[in-house]
Amino acid sequence: MTRVVLPLHLQRLANVGREVQLDVEGEVTQRSVLDALEASYPMLRGTIRDHTTRLRRPFVRFFACELDLSHEPPDAPLPEAVATGAEPFMVIGAMAGG
Amino acid sequence: MSGVRVLVGTRKGAFVLTSDERRERWDVSGPHFAGWEIYHLKGSPADPNRLYASQSSGWFGQVIQRSDDGGKTWEPVGNQFAYDGVTGTHLWYDGTPHPWEFARVWHLEPSLTDPDTVYAGVEDAALFRSTDGGQTWHELPGLRGHDSAGAWAPGAGGMCLHTIVQDPSEPRRIFIAISAAGVFRSDDAGESWRPMNRGLVSKEIPDPTAEVGHCVHRIAMHPSRPGVLFMQKHWDVMRSDDAGESWQEVSGNLPTDFGFPIDVHAHEPDTIYVVPIKSDSEHYPPDGKLSVYRSRTGGNEWEALTEGLPQKDCYVNVLRDAMAVDSLDSCGVYFGTTGGQVYVSADAGDNWAPIVRDLPPVLSVEAQTLP
Repeated sequence: MTRVVLPLHLQRLANVGREVQLDVEGEVTQRSVLDALEASYPMLRGTIRDHTTRLRRPFVRFFACELDLSHEPPDAPLPEAVATGAEPFMVIGAMAGG
Repeated sequence: MSGVRVLVGTRKGAFVLTSDERRERWDVSGPHFAGWEIYHLKGSPADPNRLYASQSSGWFGQVIQRSDDGGKTWEPVGNQFAYDGVTGTHLWYDGTPHPWEFARVWHLEPSLTDPDTVYAGVEDAALFRSTDGGQTWHELPGLRGHDSAGAWAPGAGGMCLHTIVQDPSEPRRIFIAISAAGVFRSDDAGESWRPMNRGLVSKEIPDPTAEVGHCVHRIAMHPSRPGVLFMQKHWDVMRSDDAGESWQEVSGNLPTDFGFPIDVHAHEPDTIYVVPIKSDSEHYPPDGKLSVYRSRTGGNEWEALTEGLPQKDCYVNVLRDAMAVDSLDSCGVYFGTTGGQVYVSADAGDNWAPIVRDLPPVLSVEAQTLP
């Protein structure tokens, strides 16, 4: 079970709490986690990744295990602690604007 | 008992204001979609309980919300706005070609007859349509395919398609307006388009009478007389008596003819409203006095409407989508300000009162008349 922490605006959009739990098929990567997230919560499509390019939106960041993984390749394995559910994969709205 | 529902989009959420026909006591619901920018929300003329809302964020992009119960509950629907075919380029602020990039939906215009059909005007300028209640969106590419599109350029607010007007007498006729390209008209349900800017004079562009390039802020039509259009341009208030083929200035005795919204009385096709703003570099009312101006002659002769509006130290703006009218017997007029006030006049503009004073900056106001 993979745990994903969502920012407040996306919690409200998906009508969920701070954290959701997902069954991720295959290797646990940014792409597979976000694919599973969007499959369970289709209203999040386009809000974290661009619909067409599938690239991370510029003001969205990905943190886990006290690391900024935002610039890691989408198919790179996430830390083992994320894969096992010991640590959450965190979707963050960047600190920008007011 | 009849009443009104006023739909207010703000920088930090949507609000729904409801009242009976007296329009004196108001129920305020919201914020809906708290913290998100709500550029516009509007109800279907064919089913007043069907509402559409454009919800967006610099962080999380575009969301479209739909309500089937008059705004009590909402459901996110489709939010994929993919340009049709080759993306192409328009002009950037520095005059260089710039690829079309979707930023947000500025305006949602439900069909006059089908609650599941709704148009979306977007930035960068294009027109989309959904025929399934907002689940999927398809561009009407003929507009962006117009020969002039490569020369369109953004106004200060971005290159937005902000106005969509449907002709109730000719269902295949649609008008749109883009800042800063101008007005275009389709007579074949959006397949092909012609610029409708003859008579506009814009000193801010190299050729002041160019076919395209004008910063049109808003156009309005009375449904009983669709051949007559009114326009608030960047500067100048304009009128067309031939469905946009040509325009004449009707600014008349306005204290300034800069402004954003323009609207038409629900029952008097020659009674129109604007909110004069000092200038394009000072976006607030002249002398700090907030006034709506009304013409009962279709332009040229204007009277200031100030009763109930602040007449000192008022430095708010009223944005292009932030004025509306209801169709009760005594026509109600509404507008919202960047200072968070929404004002109502239940007597066609003679007297005004705030419904709310302290909302986030108001981006849009729509009024629904309920049975």
